[in-house]
Amino acid sequence: MIDIVINVTLLAFLAITSIAILRMTNLFAIVMLYGIFSLLSAGLFVVMDAPDVAFTEAAVGAGISTVLMLATLALVKKPQKPYYSEAPRAHRPWLPLIVVIITGSALVYGTWDMPGFGAPDSPAQTHVASYYIDNALEETGVPNVVTAVLASYRGFDTLGEVVVVYTAAVAVLLLIGGRRPKKVAKSKGEGKQDEA
Amino acid sequence: MKPNLILHVIAKFVIPLIILFALYVQFHGDFGPGGGFQAGVIFSAALILYSLVFGLDAAEKIIPSSWLQKLAALGVMIYAGVGVASLLLGGNYLDYTLLGSNQIAGQHLGILLVELGVGITVAAVMLILFFAFAGRGRE
Repeated sequence: MIDIVINVTLLAFLAITSIAILRMTNLFAIVMLYGIFSLLSAGLFVVMDAPDVAFTEAAVGAGISTVLMLATLALVKKPQKPYYSEAPRAHRPWLPLIVVIITGSALVYGTWDMPGFGAPDSPAQTHVASYYIDNALEETGVPNVVTAVLASYRGFDTLGEVVVVYTAAVAVLLLIGGRRPKKVAKSKGEGKQDEA
Repeated sequence: MKPNLILHVIAKFVIPLIILFALYVQFHGDFGPGGGFQAGVIFSAALILYSLVFGLDAAEKIIPSSWLQKLAALGVMIYAGVGVASLLLGGNYLDYTLLGSNQIAGQHLGILLVELGVGITVAAVMLILFFAFAGRGRE
């Protein structure tokens, strides 16, 4: 019972946050609402018994990416007085509404065939998951099955993920990293690029 | 940056706790939720908080950017090195069983080292990203 109350509350807050994001034009407020959205998702993951995922969502989604977006926002120049001018509508508003309703109902219809949450006979649980749950503690001595799968059974995947993270840092350093003297930066025409 | 007394006091109080929590998540990941990835992000969050409150230059004095780049590579090297070590001991790549005296000990050591590599890389990369973005605004 309490689960349902928490789920409904969190989902309602998620919906409210996303509507607020849609209707807002202040980028600073939108970034903060993104952080709140991530934090609410993390709460949902905890309710769904996935604390590892919730951890990541709270730390990366609500923490780091919010800070990175704020840092990006600080780089972008302040907009001119008219924030942006919307192009005149070329179509009537009910057309996209109908498209959205049809697509949405098709997606909802699709979910009826999905197995229930945590159903033991769903394809995700019947393949290798049962092997991990049965043997992980015996074979690795690690009580947290998630860690055992990530670091031991799926060690290759995690190695690939770490390389991807490293590659991201290399890419960012190549694109915008490195301390350059101010004069050199301007003579290379970096200032012009920033404005564009 | 205008100094703010409340922020400074609170940050100095909170940052050690965040780092302690990051270490807990790192080394307790075998038993509770968490692991190298989460620990790295939390650890970098502590230093990002420090640089938000005390300024970028103060943060770069703690960990210079050149160190961060080496640390990011070091984490990947630790991870890949564990694989090479298990190869040299006669096992498959990233098969930790031969690292210890028995299977459980080997797996335990392997997972600990691998998670450590993940944590170092993720923490360093997050800080590199933050410094790269925040450093641009200083010009």
